[in-house]
Amino acid sequence: MLSRVVDSLYWMSRYLERAEHHARLLDVNLHGLVDQNPEFAQKRRQRLLKTFDPELTDSDDLIMDILLNRNHPNSILSCIASARENARHVREQISSEMWEQVNRLYLYVNKAKPADIAVNPNHYLTQVKKGSQLFQGITDSTMSHAEGWQFIHVGRYMERASCIIRLLEVFLEDVEIGEDEEVALDQYSDWVGLLKSCTAFEAYCRSYQSYISSPRIVSFLVLDQTFPHSIRFSADLVKASLLDISEITQTRKVGNVNRLSGRISATLDYALIDDIRSDPAKFLMDIQRQYALLHESIYTTYISYPVETGL
Amino acid sequence: MHTIFKDYGLSTGYDEMFDANGKPRPHYEHVHSRLNELPSGELFKRQEAADQSFLTQGVTFTVYHDDSSTERIFPYDLVPRIIPANEWSHIEKGLQQRITALNLFIHDVYHDAKILNDKVVPRDLIYSCKSYRREMRGLNVPNQIYISITGSDIVRDGDGTYRVLEDNLRVPSGVSYMLSNRQVIKRVFPLLFQNYDVRPVEPYSQSLLAVLRHLAPKGVEDPNIVLLTPGVFNSAYFEHTFLARQMGIELVENKDLLVHNSVVYMRTTSGLQRVDVIYRRIDDDFIDPLVFRSDSILGVPGLFNAYRSGNVGLANALGTGIADDKAIYAYVPAIIKYYLGEDPILPNVDTWLLDDEKNRNHVLANLDKLVVKAVGESGGYGMLIGPASTKKEQEAFRALIQQNPRNYIAQPTLALSTSPCFIDGGIAPRHIDLRPYVLYGDKITITPGGLTRVALREGSLVVNSSQGGGSKDTWVLD
Repeated sequence: MLSRVVDSLYWMSRYLERAEHHARLLDVNLHGLVDQNPEFAQKRRQRLLKTFDPELTDSDDLIMDILLNRNHPNSILSCIASARENARHVREQISSEMWEQVNRLYLYVNKAKPADIAVNPNHYLTQVKKGSQLFQGITDSTMSHAEGWQFIHVGRYMERASCIIRLLEVFLEDVEIGEDEEVALDQYSDWVGLLKSCTAFEAYCRSYQSYISSPRIVSFLVLDQTFPHSIRFSADLVKASLLDISEITQTRKVGNVNRLSGRISATLDYALIDDIRSDPAKFLMDIQRQYALLHESIYTTYISYPVETGL
Repeated sequence: MHTIFKDYGLSTGYDEMFDANGKPRPHYEHVHSRLNELPSGELFKRQEAADQSFLTQGVTFTVYHDDSSTERIFPYDLVPRIIPANEWSHIEKGLQQRITALNLFIHDVYHDAKILNDKVVPRDLIYSCKSYRREMRGLNVPNQIYISITGSDIVRDGDGTYRVLEDNLRVPSGVSYMLSNRQVIKRVFPLLFQNYDVRPVEPYSQSLLAVLRHLAPKGVEDPNIVLLTPGVFNSAYFEHTFLARQMGIELVENKDLLVHNSVVYMRTTSGLQRVDVIYRRIDDDFIDPLVFRSDSILGVPGLFNAYRSGNVGLANALGTGIADDKAIYAYVPAIIKYYLGEDPILPNVDTWLLDDEKNRNHVLANLDKLVVKAVGESGGYGMLIGPASTKKEQEAFRALIQQNPRNYIAQPTLALSTSPCFIDGGIAPRHIDLRPYVLYGDKITITPGGLTRVALREGSLVVNSSQGGGSKDTWVLD
């Protein structure tokens, strides 16, 4: 496949995943802010902003800043516009159904009016989440699961892992992981909000069938092997897709990509919750750094390699 | 006359369907009676079905405003244009002759320049031509074929004579409409289509592929052929994707290509792959910023070097614009005579060159009756249609001509032939032209048919899609 095409597919997928994640964060937190005491609510609000953009300290209007800000590359509108732009450049390589879906989603968000959203933000955010999920479903059922699809897959799960890491980094800077016991009542809303930000509340309850415990929650989001919004699950899928890609392309010098993605998986396979608890920032930063290396390596192997290595 | 044709006003020019007495010509009789038989409203339904079919196939072009964009279909007329076998064979022979001579001419201009030394074509005219590429001097192109793909514009004058209006030898477009128009009409008028022995246009894509294969560098058995597009924002992008898909070749942008040691490669996830032939849909000017326009962001640096080294074939070759310059056009009959010793089978439209003072004075005195064209323009731009122009426009052209006479030619205003078209619920005559597609590989083949373009505005003579034109299917009979 042409490297340019792969580049567009990868980013199309990353941007949509990012838009969905931001929509969920905003939805869960706007909701949660309502029933918390003002002090906690303020902290939560600041965490939300910081997760979205570390430079952002305060905001008068969360919806305008995170949802509709055309000037911020990470706003939901910008992410969807970028996803669509990337899709447009490879329209011939994706199915018409995929193009129509991403285009429809863009048109929907693009014509949204701040005043209408303010009345019922949940409705809009749900449409964004559903729009992205529908796109994934359409992608999986209308496009050959060949090289291009594998790169879409890689993009989606690399982005998902990055988003969860970022979310946890900001959260754990503020809230400590406690003992394996029911969290204090005043922290209950924060921890449940964290789970919900990753669509993980129900899955967590089913998995543990017990109380809300902070180490278990972190363990679930980082290390669970079967839950699709855990870091480990995402890492395993990225590893598998990259292995498939290296078989399809038969590229020489692919060793580094597969080694790096394998190492992330292995780190998570053998990590203990106590490693994370002793220094969560260090643990998360290490994983994030490994992902950055992997991204770079995918580029130098498949997309923007120097002439000499491509011959 | 029957209902649907009741308002069909015959013009003074040649009408494709009706003879001077208002009787349908024999090859149109079926179409005529079929249109008359259709219950009222039926044509509307079929037009809608056709439009919908173009939309779902994505046969559209994009109109941009600010950061939003809308997709439109190229207006399509249901009534087919029919060319009987004898007329077609005349066109075919004429184009064979013309393309053969023009190809010889381009080769000669860039090699021994005999035709200039013999003073058949003035040397000045060549060297002052914007499309002359000095870099092509002495360069040998594969099989000495410069114009692999041509889309000549042919019109019929008042007495029905076919004349060549323009030779599009650079990057002719529109062939995807020829192919999709046929698909659609078969679905919309299946019975009518069966009633006629229409020659197929479908083999075009495979013939094109063969022509491109023919340009592969020596010794390359199974060439890697790509189509180079300027990108999604180009108005012909649909056509680029369409042709690439039909031929099963990769559609590339300049970002995909790089030149290393005078070899062109495309960047893929499996490493660099050598490119042997490029069907380029980018003008000469923009194709290599190192050699031609340095501000081009669409080109591939080093491409010309690879081409000169014989490591890559290009369709069309560079520098072919020299032969479709509108001033050179006036010399095409002489060019045919010079290389082939024959009289042209398809005549030109009379043309006055304006650097001749006598011509110029005549034209300046008759600006309200003539058509004036800038020599290097295409797409209906840079044109004055005398009878349809205002005094102010005429004065503007007068000044332009006096400033730079070499840059303009004048022609009589032709009464282009008219063809019945479905307009506002009835059938009305509209002016048309014809663009057949000529492929030059191991031999010259002309796809039987072509793109018939229609000036949809009543009385208008401008058929270009950028100026409110549409198209219809062209049936060449067996």
